[in-house]
Amino acid sequence: KRRPSPSAFSRAVCPPVALPDSVQWEGRSLLKALIKNAALRGDQVHVLGCEVSEEEFREGFEPDVNSRLVYHDLFKDPLNWSKTGEALPGGPLGALRALCGRTQPGPVTIALDSLSWLLFHLPCTTLCQLLHALSHQNACPDGSSPVERVHVLGLIHEELHGPGPVGALSSLAQAEVTLSGMLDQTSAHIVNRRLRQRPTQQTQWFSILPDFSLHLHRVPAREPRPCPPTTQVDPTAHLTFNLHLSKKEKEAKDSLTLPFQFSSEKQQALLRPGPGQSTSQIFYEPDAYDDLDQEDPDDDLDI
Amino acid sequence: MFPELNDLLNTTPDKVEQGKLTLLCDAQTDGSFLLHHFLSFYLRANCKVCFVALTQSFSHYSIVAQKLGVSLTTARERGQLVVLEGLKSSVDVFFRAQEEPHPLQFLRKASAGDLQPLYEFVQEALKPVDGEEAAWRCPVLLMDDLSVLLSLGVGAVAVLDLVHYCRATVCCKLKGNLVALVHDSGGAEDEESNTLLNGLSHQSHLILRVEGLATGFCRDVHGQLTILRRTLSQPTVQGERRLTYQYKIQDKNVSFFARGMSPAVL
Repeated sequence: KRRPSPSAFSRAVCPPVALPDSVQWEGRSLLKALIKNAALRGDQVHVLGCEVSEEEFREGFEPDVNSRLVYHDLFKDPLNWSKTGEALPGGPLGALRALCGRTQPGPVTIALDSLSWLLFHLPCTTLCQLLHALSHQNACPDGSSPVERVHVLGLIHEELHGPGPVGALSSLAQAEVTLSGMLDQTSAHIVNRRLRQRPTQQTQWFSILPDFSLHLHRVPAREPRPCPPTTQVDPTAHLTFNLHLSKKEKEAKDSLTLPFQFSSEKQQALLRPGPGQSTSQIFYEPDAYDDLDQEDPDDDLDI
Repeated sequence: MFPELNDLLNTTPDKVEQGKLTLLCDAQTDGSFLLHHFLSFYLRANCKVCFVALTQSFSHYSIVAQKLGVSLTTARERGQLVVLEGLKSSVDVFFRAQEEPHPLQFLRKASAGDLQPLYEFVQEALKPVDGEEAAWRCPVLLMDDLSVLLSLGVGAVAVLDLVHYCRATVCCKLKGNLVALVHDSGGAEDEESNTLLNGLSHQSHLILRVEGLATGFCRDVHGQLTILRRTLSQPTVQGERRLTYQYKIQDKNVSFFARGMSPAVL
């Protein structure tokens, strides 16, 4: 007998999980990893596929996962252009409504691949209402139907939409996993919203193996390590010169007169002819070729 | 066909991958040389090609293809190549009865609706014919370019729907390939263009993005090519997926080299 998970006790339904991705960090393989997880847990998985063909989506899954997976094909002919009768009746809206009205016993996971495509073709409000209906479909506590968990997973390409629709959808979601990465490592930023609690945030590094099993990394291999706690290194520790002076040295320093300091004693000493030196005289003997101008050069100045 | 580009993409006309959508994207430079490459590549590879040419006349493509050693006229006569000449047939739309279906029917409508007639044209052109099946390897759809459709008043979602249907038919059902060129206007204010580019990028298996050098025009290095390999639903080793080269367009060839390794610089 299946033991209900903690969330099944409290609410019996799990509101949708939104998976925003980007061109470089595609989220479909994470979606497939979550689907595999759900299928191995024993859930019936319904996939509303709008962006890849059924073969491509089922590729890489083991047979036991594939057998639990029902693919509702909105890829082949979503707008009924081909008129071959392969289109799902009612288009995207009809397909979603059909998922809502499905009555099946047992735990169910519904994967929407992708919400972006649905947002392009349905009004945002309609989509939000349908998503709400999807995640609460079996919550009617009339006791007639066994209350089972319904997980809804939605993939959304974030850069295709404005902040409005993305915000509306993510406010519906219980958990929001945003993919990004660095070099060859993928990281998921997880925002978990619980009723009447503050949302918790967490970043998880992971890789997805070719069989779509999820491998979580404890520590990101390539994340720049946080700088080691900077021990306060004393910059004056290993100096090649003396930074401090002892009292004696300080006194000697203060008493020293530096050569460029000009004091009155020094001035006197310079003006007073020293004992060893006689009064200096200048002797000038004109050379034969000296050009002595007899005229006063400043004659015209009239001083 | 540029042999060096084939080496970078690890492909030859004898070894054509199937079921892939290749997105060619140019930002602030002209990326049409990539389209000429793929046109001549797939014709050499003996694929049945449907070419939706919305930007240039047939003779323009024909002259360039001639330089690359492929005759579009011959390919057309043999039935290998089907060309929708956008420039020519856009005029035809206005001089025919409204009831007659035309691939560019949306031009006549006040509010451009969907591109279903264009899809039907592609579907008809690449539909496998019993006798021909052995002759051509796989169907290929080339589009030059999708940004023109935006300029003609079609919404980005309508273009994405067209590509979606073409992908479902050509790539998935007929196991062929799709190559589309789109311009990256670069500005955040052009929402439709960004939606188209990002929407297409999410559908693509291979993105070739060419952009001019950030430092401006240079005689010996004409731009930069980024190759991004994506898988739509398979986990991959991501380190190997993104490669960047610089290129120089010559008269009949394009040479590629690692960044900063231009022969003119070394």
